[in-house]
Amino acid sequence: MKHNLAHSLVGLRALVAACALAMITSAGVANAPALKAGVFDPPRPAPDFSLQSSEGRELRMSQYRGKVVLLAFGFTSCTAVCPTTLNTFAIARRKLGPAAANVQVVYITVDPERDLPARLAKYLHSFDPTFVGGTGTEAQLLAVRKNYGISAEKKTVDNDYTYVHSSFAYLIDRNGLIRALMPYGHSPDDYANDLTLLLKE
Amino acid sequence: MRSRAVRLLGITAGALAALLGIGLLPVHTDSRDQIFEIPKGTWARRMSGDKVEILPDHIRLTLGLRDILVLRNHDDVPQIFGPTLMMPGQSFRLPFERAAEYQFACTAHASGQMTIVVEPNPTMPWSRLFWRARELLRAQS
Repeated sequence: MKHNLAHSLVGLRALVAACALAMITSAGVANAPALKAGVFDPPRPAPDFSLQSSEGRELRMSQYRGKVVLLAFGFTSCTAVCPTTLNTFAIARRKLGPAAANVQVVYITVDPERDLPARLAKYLHSFDPTFVGGTGTEAQLLAVRKNYGISAEKKTVDNDYTYVHSSFAYLIDRNGLIRALMPYGHSPDDYANDLTLLLKE
Repeated sequence: MRSRAVRLLGITAGALAALLGIGLLPVHTDSRDQIFEIPKGTWARRMSGDKVEILPDHIRLTLGLRDILVLRNHDDVPQIFGPTLMMPGQSFRLPFERAAEYQFACTAHASGQMTIVVEPNPTMPWSRLFWRARELLRAQS
């Protein structure tokens, strides 16, 4: 009998636990975050850098204070992730209308061997003439990637090479703070939503 | 003795029926956050040779119920945590709005990748029961 009682108590305890889980109510559902991207709290300043711009000048992150920056890393020979991301940026900017003047896309190469400024410019302008690219020495680019937590690994494929790299984009506000990270695959509408919110601040 | 056994059987059957009934009800949660935290001292432990795994390489979320990934770095040094670099004291809150499988490059994992599977909201009664059972198992593990 004691044995049965002990079993019943164990069962009852499991039942109570299960009921407690099942009865979690709808009262306190957290409000959905306003941004579609992942948000940093507190935001940190976007590390500054000095690279060679696709426009033939110096490229610094700090020069875009006052604008909202979309920052992404990639390489012009990329056949999947980069063209999709850059096309998404271009569509999102068009959706913003005149407000797009205050949005700057900065695309930093992970492949300095091939992505010389002229090649970067030609590639980026095929998506949007306002997009700016950045390149530099291997060491300079590695330092930038380290400061932004970007991974990029060179892989040999047949007689060629490619890169596996972080595919997300950072959203940097007008004050130069890294506010959010948008994973690969989000729609132009999601970007337009977040850019609009950041531009309104 | 026999009547006591019948009574116990009846109580058990009733309890199971009640549990099943509750389990089939629509699910609501008080928080949609799935939280992972880097405790203070993690970097020091890693430096001393400890293998510290905080973030699994597969994370399962459920749309509308547990669909916000929250990462927090309580350590004293910056850490690559999941897809991103996080400063000491910083948190990162990533909502998901579509059921899909998401791949992130993540140098913290041996595979170099982290996968987040976002499952649809369990709208069918049996899927709710399954979801609750899995949450219960996870809470007890």
